[in-house]
Amino acid sequence: MKLIIATIKPFKLEEVREALTTVGVRGMMVSEIKGFGSQSGHTEIYRGAEYAVNFVPKVKLEIVVPDGMADQVVSTIASTAKTEKIGDGKIFVLDVESALRVRTGETNDDAL
Amino acid sequence: MKLTKYLAVGAALTLLPTLALAQEAEAAAPGFDEIGPYIMTTLLFLVGGFLVFWMAAGFAMLEAGLVRSKNVSMQLLKNIALFSIASIMYWLVGFNLMYPGEFNGYFAFNFVPTSLEPVGLDAADAALDYASVGSDFFFQLMFVAATASIVSGALAERIKLWPFLIFTIILTGLMYPISGSWQWGGGWLSQMGFSDFAGSTIVHSVGGWAALAGALILGPRLGKYKDGRVNPMPGSNLALATLGTFILWLGWFGFNGGSQLAAGTVGDITDVSRIFANTNMAAAAGAVAALILTQILYKKPDLTMVLNGALAGLVSITAEPLAPSLFGALVTGAIGGVIVVFTVPLLDKLKIDDVVGAIPVHLFAGIWGTLAVAFYTGNWGAQITGIIAYGVFTFVIALVVWVILKGIMGIRVSEEAEINGLDTSELGMEAYPDFAKG
Repeated sequence: MKLIIATIKPFKLEEVREALTTVGVRGMMVSEIKGFGSQSGHTEIYRGAEYAVNFVPKVKLEIVVPDGMADQVVSTIASTAKTEKIGDGKIFVLDVESALRVRTGETNDDAL
Repeated sequence: MKLTKYLAVGAALTLLPTLALAQEAEAAAPGFDEIGPYIMTTLLFLVGGFLVFWMAAGFAMLEAGLVRSKNVSMQLLKNIALFSIASIMYWLVGFNLMYPGEFNGYFAFNFVPTSLEPVGLDAADAALDYASVGSDFFFQLMFVAATASIVSGALAERIKLWPFLIFTIILTGLMYPISGSWQWGGGWLSQMGFSDFAGSTIVHSVGGWAALAGALILGPRLGKYKDGRVNPMPGSNLALATLGTFILWLGWFGFNGGSQLAAGTVGDITDVSRIFANTNMAAAAGAVAALILTQILYKKPDLTMVLNGALAGLVSITAEPLAPSLFGALVTGAIGGVIVVFTVPLLDKLKIDDVVGAIPVHLFAGIWGTLAVAFYTGNWGAQITGIIAYGVFTFVIALVVWVILKGIMGIRVSEEAEINGLDTSELGMEAYPDFAKG
């Protein structure tokens, strides 16, 4: 099993979710996050005083899939979330040791 | 009122032959011509009074929206506490200090709690040339509460509750009534020809001066001015701040309209209408001026400045909401909006931390509005004298009171309490406690 962590632009979330459902992903975890990468931050003005916004809002997806699906999921996210402008995000893939479905006690691939 | 009654009795006694005739006249119910103006003016005070009361809600929402979420509960507590304290102090001493009748023009030794007319007042005993004492007291006490609200916004997020409330007692029980008597109580400034219709100076600048003195003694919020840079601390809820501004805008129709102090003639009620329209125009012009100016200066409009701009327009027109044409009100209000956009950053340059912009809105726009009256009265000397008199009196006394409070009990919360937020450290009650508690 692989854990895929992807950061994407918030407005791409719905499009990415639809595409992933189409390729057979049956669950995911989503969080609103802030961070910086090569996009870095920008400045805003509040009541006449300029201030730096160092962390940009992103959405983080965490998806656990069977080993065989990982490449397809990564490429689906990459192609859907892409705008070719700075700040499109990053995708990381990690090994997962075990999984367990709380309700039934099923484990590993059966639990996904 | 009492004087008129005795005079009537005296006149009746000296005219014994016509006594029977007088008794007959007294027995007949008074016509609407006699009591109509009294009823209309009393109604004006009551309606105006509850509109100005609603401004307390406006201040509370504006301030709750412009402080950070960790300080919202405490800001709301201060708002309801200061309004209630002002209500009690104005009964206890304020009203009779401010409206003492005959006095030396500077200070009336008239420490008497307010008492109202008896239940079921007879028309013969009423002040038919004015309004009921009850309505007058109710209306005027709403104004002193507005003054105290101004102070709470500027000092938000770092001042201790109790010293703030003690200051409120002194401001609403003594400072505001004494200086108010100079003009509205018939004191030396009114005799000089100073003019401040509904209180650009008497209410708003007085609150602003007290806030400025407090902000200087209290110091800025931690981290607001660091390494020569201004570090903005965005407000927690701009929807509340906008709601608060609209509520204040609504309340202002009572604030200025009620200050006509008469509604019993065609002329008076028409003047009240003119005041409503001018008041609205000045607020709109202040908001539009701030909208356009922040777009030009910062490339994006700043909602909080537009809100402040509307309020500055309102403060500006408050000194003379009757004489200007609608276009005159537009110009007066727009200049108020411009003043705010330039003086909010100016205060930051001086490292004076005013959380909600109370000093630019109420003090600076209040000075402008009071000066602008001279375009209509021509009496520049009286306007400038009034502005300086209220400024020196309020600022100096406020400064002394803040210093004394600082020395006796300290006015600022600890560094840790400030960072954690006053809601948890001083109150133990969060405004938004959902996380892990719901």
